[in-house]
Amino acid sequence: MSRELTAANLDRRSVLKASLLAGGGLALDVLIPLPAGARETAEERERAAARLSAFVSIAPDGTVTIMSKNPEIGQGIKTSLPMIVADELDCDWSRVRIAQADLDQKRYGEQYAGGSTATPRDWLPMRQTGAAARAMLVQAAALKWRVEASELTTAKGRIHHAATGRSVGYGEVASAAAAVAPPELSTVPLKRPEQFTIIGRPMVGIDSARIVKGEPIFGVDMRLPGMLYAVYEVAPAHGGRLVKAEIEAARRAPGVKHVVPIVGNGDADTGLADGVAIVATNWWLANEARAKLRIDWDLSAAKGHSSSVYRATADAAIAAGAGADLRLDGDPAAKLAAAARRIAARYDYPFIAHAPMEPQNCTARYADGKLEIWAPSQTPQRGLDQLHKVFGIEPEAVTLHLRRAGGGFGRRLMNDYVVQAVAIAKAVPGVPIQLMWSRPDDMRRDYYRPGGWHSFEAGIGASGELLAFTDHFVTFGDGKTPARAAGFNVAMPPAGLIEHLRYSQSMMPTVVTTGALRAPGSNALCFASQSFLDEVALAAGTDLPRLMLTMLGERREIVPPGGGVSFDTGRARDVIEKVVETSEWTHRPAQSGSGKGFAFYFSHRGYFAEVVEASVAGGKVTVHKVWVAGDIGSQIINPMGAENQVRGAVIDGLAQALAGQAIEFVDGVAQQSNFHDFQLARIPATPEIEIAWVRPDKPPTGLGEPALPPVIPALTNAIFAATGTRIRSLPVRLAIA
Amino acid sequence: MRYRLDINGAIHEVDVPAEMPLLWVLRGELGLLGTKYGCGVGLCGACTVHVDGAAQRSCQLPVGRVGRAKIHTIEHIGATATGERLQQAWLKIDVMQCGYCQAGQIMSACALLGRSAQPSEADINAAMAGNICRCGCYNRIRSAIRIAAGMEEEGGHVA
Repeated sequence: MSRELTAANLDRRSVLKASLLAGGGLALDVLIPLPAGARETAEERERAAARLSAFVSIAPDGTVTIMSKNPEIGQGIKTSLPMIVADELDCDWSRVRIAQADLDQKRYGEQYAGGSTATPRDWLPMRQTGAAARAMLVQAAALKWRVEASELTTAKGRIHHAATGRSVGYGEVASAAAAVAPPELSTVPLKRPEQFTIIGRPMVGIDSARIVKGEPIFGVDMRLPGMLYAVYEVAPAHGGRLVKAEIEAARRAPGVKHVVPIVGNGDADTGLADGVAIVATNWWLANEARAKLRIDWDLSAAKGHSSSVYRATADAAIAAGAGADLRLDGDPAAKLAAAARRIAARYDYPFIAHAPMEPQNCTARYADGKLEIWAPSQTPQRGLDQLHKVFGIEPEAVTLHLRRAGGGFGRRLMNDYVVQAVAIAKAVPGVPIQLMWSRPDDMRRDYYRPGGWHSFEAGIGASGELLAFTDHFVTFGDGKTPARAAGFNVAMPPAGLIEHLRYSQSMMPTVVTTGALRAPGSNALCFASQSFLDEVALAAGTDLPRLMLTMLGERREIVPPGGGVSFDTGRARDVIEKVVETSEWTHRPAQSGSGKGFAFYFSHRGYFAEVVEASVAGGKVTVHKVWVAGDIGSQIINPMGAENQVRGAVIDGLAQALAGQAIEFVDGVAQQSNFHDFQLARIPATPEIEIAWVRPDKPPTGLGEPALPPVIPALTNAIFAATGTRIRSLPVRLAIA
Repeated sequence: MRYRLDINGAIHEVDVPAEMPLLWVLRGELGLLGTKYGCGVGLCGACTVHVDGAAQRSCQLPVGRVGRAKIHTIEHIGATATGERLQQAWLKIDVMQCGYCQAGQIMSACALLGRSAQPSEADINAAMAGNICRCGCYNRIRSAIRIAAGMEEEGGHVA
């Protein structure tokens, strides 16, 4: 197995530092020649490898090592970004090995996994990085052969000179190439798409062969000599404070080495809650000892933070009026008053948990003022910043290694488990500790996708056109700012597509921690808005695909208020027309117990239209097939991973609606604790999923998120088509007929 | 308590409480880290191992009840013909996303093929229903089992 490079030996061997500028461009800035015969004791290959940039090094035998900078959480980035580098480098993929970079944003640029941002952000810089290394190799060969670089061609890790029939492997000129001045990245020639040999080919994930053998590559698989295992007992209710802890009995429990009360910082954002850590020789022993703790908690802050109270508060807010305006276009009140037909409906959805299969965990060792961390975090830099904020630990004193994460879904955008592990490590200096949460810990202390309520109204004209549309959104927040991931999106369709529209908002406070879940905002807003628009379409005598196409109108770009990513109505049209074609969409049949539903959404730069075919019998919904039409730009980088992302998003969304997913609170205490009362998708419910890509000449964008939102309203609209029952509240609960 | 355990064809001695689940003996005492913790109560299947050839949730099996049973884990499965075919099929169509649950999935699939060389879709659904894949790789899990059973053409990436 490949040994992963560490930041330390990269530094020592630095030939060329590449750094991403603030604006996103890649600069190759400093040239420090590698000392001849560098005194390395590592693997032979690495000993002699020549480093062409922060991302690329090449060994004499031609083996190419590409650094993968971003956290891998199952989205496939550890394979796809190096594919981009390797293609422009024009090397042989079978001779590439990939090393996970430690956190070092000065060297690698931004290193996070969130918002489906890596592909759009890194597509060009990664290509330039590969092309620059190729240019340096070509230049080295040109110097060696005393010919012009322009006379040379490359293929599969070799350089050819057609005029003389000579060729040389990259490995043979790599050390000479490392001394070549790097080219200007912005002008280095790039391939034309038809020249790609790696990008666009289905490639098996770089860690897959290790995974099927059970090799220890995840966060929880980290082991260090003398390492102990920790659990962290926190208050049952969100916002609870520790009053008094009796810890002696736990301290005497088998295997327990330390019991450490920890005073939190009262800041739910960093997640250092008041608690008691138990550190033992075996995780199970640590977890068992929790039963011996006697802790008095002050839970008063959470009193009244119950799902039933939240619901009643939302009802009252909706009854009280429209709340504060977020967006007001035209005169929706007047248009509603003048409409031939008005329809109104309320929609809501619950808090839900992320529940990645690998529970939150972090391994940390604190000794002599230095901290070393192994973390499956989606935002490691943010973790580092929080360690500085909470403990005053300078970033320079921290080495942070990224571990493969057993799922993310947005949960690991937060670094609470990192902060907690460091609090424990600081209490037992010199001892490496691994904090792991139990599944109930994970379920009860999530940064949940927040619940929300919508009160919609629409006015339909005499000829069936949508005249006016309003949505009063009730969410969580302090009155001024919504809670994390509890905000609205004022670009939510039909905004921008009709003249008269109002979006408004009311807020209530919550002690419950909230956060981004895969396709944040969109995962819930799409359900509510595309379901209500399905109602509007029927009331207007049409169907949702036709209504959307009518509203989308001419092909044009719509810039959202305040700027941001523009919305291309033509690209939206194309995916809608594509899924109408692939699903053989027809006007709704009679409600015969089975039917199809449609929905469209634009999120995280991706355009997705989806159709679900479902049947309902005895109150049970069966999804038979899902058709997906997606547009994430001209190039699917790794079709193998891309299709997995789409299928995973579809299955995830269906489970949110059909598996009964809801986290409910009583006085701040989450009532669900494990997979019996918070169900995830299981194999028997998995439908056939057919994917069609629309590939316009646009830059590639990300795929972790945008395929998820439409599947939920496509499902609920299908249930309506099948039964006449409109699902206005998630999760789906049907009476047993 | 001291126990002599037959794991992957070798005898391992451990000194742990009788109630400690086999999962935590594997992970915490023996460094066999392929078997994963997911729920601790037998609901997710991430900790699936073979006990005398049958798939069992190791988080629900106290070490004191293992006795002389032969335990096999994901680290060993490639040494069996069926296990190797499953690993190859898993790689052929790159089943996994995050990969955390896949050891348990392969162990359950291997036990299934041990009972039924040509499983029907209903057999696959029934045998695999106890293994959660949060990433939703289920279409490819079905395909990989069929490929390993020689029931489906391997062909790049499949539904």
